[in-house]
Amino acid sequence: MRLNNIGYLLKEGFKGIFTHGFMSFASVCVTVACLMIVGSFSILSYNLDVMVQDLNQTSEILVLVDSSLTDAEARSIGTKINALPNILKSTFVSREEALADFIDDHNGDSAFSGVQAEDLRHRFIVTLEDNTKMKQTDDQLKQIPGVAKTDAAYELAEGFTTIQNVIHIVSVAVIAILLVVSLLIISNTVKLAMYDRRDEIAIMKMVGATNGFIRLPFMVEGFTLGMLGAVLAFGIEWILYDALTVRVAEVDALQLFKLVDFQELLMPMVATFAAAGLFVGIVGSWTSIRKFMNV
Amino acid sequence: MIEFTDVVKAYEQGNTALNGVTMQIEDGEFCFLVGPSGSGKSTIIKLITGELRPTSGTVHVNGYSLERIRKREIPYLRRTVGVVFQDFRLISKMTVYENVAFAMRVIGAREREIRERVPYVLELVGLENKANRHPNEMSGGEQQRLAIARALVNNPSMIIADEPTGNLDPERSFEIMALLQEINNLGTTVLVVTHAQNLVELFHKRTIVIEDGQVVHDGMKVGG
Repeated sequence: MRLNNIGYLLKEGFKGIFTHGFMSFASVCVTVACLMIVGSFSILSYNLDVMVQDLNQTSEILVLVDSSLTDAEARSIGTKINALPNILKSTFVSREEALADFIDDHNGDSAFSGVQAEDLRHRFIVTLEDNTKMKQTDDQLKQIPGVAKTDAAYELAEGFTTIQNVIHIVSVAVIAILLVVSLLIISNTVKLAMYDRRDEIAIMKMVGATNGFIRLPFMVEGFTLGMLGAVLAFGIEWILYDALTVRVAEVDALQLFKLVDFQELLMPMVATFAAAGLFVGIVGSWTSIRKFMNV
Repeated sequence: MIEFTDVVKAYEQGNTALNGVTMQIEDGEFCFLVGPSGSGKSTIIKLITGELRPTSGTVHVNGYSLERIRKREIPYLRRTVGVVFQDFRLISKMTVYENVAFAMRVIGAREREIRERVPYVLELVGLENKANRHPNEMSGGEQQRLAIARALVNNPSMIIADEPTGNLDPERSFEIMALLQEINNLGTTVLVVTHAQNLVELFHKRTIVIEDGQVVHDGMKVGG
């Protein structure tokens, strides 16, 4: 294909966008809307993922040591705990430290003034590598001689994992549905353009134009619409997300939610939006062209 | 050159459009193809342009074997065959010049070639002064001239005219036939598919008559 042909084909492709201005506008709008929803779900999913991971990492197992053991014996259990699989770290808390924490937690409430260090047990706070295996690790901890009792909130950990899984599944489903919607809209725009130009296409075929030559302007049209939608969606998403991050940081009630900075999402988002725009544009036009090529 | 040897074309619906057609049209010939509606004339054109493949038999057109032509070769076959239709099939939003240039552009011609060739072809068909008009500003005869110019512009070795005078009055019909004769005199093979018995008799050329998918006459005179 010669250079002047490529110039002509590109020109025809761009011309097509303006010839069906309203449909082009509609497809860009729908692509923007769909990609923004896709983007929002991806961001939401990512943020919840990070949040759940953070929360997950804070869930620990409390291991209470048999009260008949001496201080040294109690401390030596730490070695056995650390030797188990799935242990990230274990921290020894003596009776005295536990009492201080207890008093601190109850703001020096006089009702607990009679509590002595001897009433409490030495303990370990154990953080796990993988919280999905909390129950298994808890069972292993109970087997260690000198361990009197454990306290593991594995139902909570399992709950976090379930939430994470649900978010992933919903996100994938919504993203897939919206991509198909965008695909259909772009495909219809290109189909309309092709229907409008069916006589031209028939003439092109009659005088010996190759399929590639006929196809290219429509591909350019679909590609441009898809990419335009992607760029706009990305820009709007960025602005809105930045504004939301600032608002969330300002509201005290939402201090628990710390949104991930957009800079952290920049590259994956650029890649996702570009790929989605490209996919929607190229595949959308390709599928509609096929039908008209059999003139 | 067009060469049909014992060609059968049966459609999927079951009807047989051509039933053992054998004919040969040499380079540089002027030939009429006549026959009633449904006799198989359109099927012959579609076989020549690669729109259809024969069910059996062989079809050779300008060096291409149509029974085994590859899909990607069809555009190149079509560049050797210019086709003119009864309904002109012009692009109304383009000017006369652009309609002709379009046919060159879509096969990848250079702009310089287009600028040289289009005025020459428009002059050949007598439309040199109407280059900036749009088809709907022209008479039927002029529109058919434009369609012929478009068919000619890529310098095909053969022109196939499918009922080229079907929408024209007798005077314009005669002019179009005279133009096709002129093109034939320049060395291009011309095959005219027509119902117009008066033109066939007037021009006194080789005539192939087809009925029920078979060649029933091939010669200078039409029986009946």
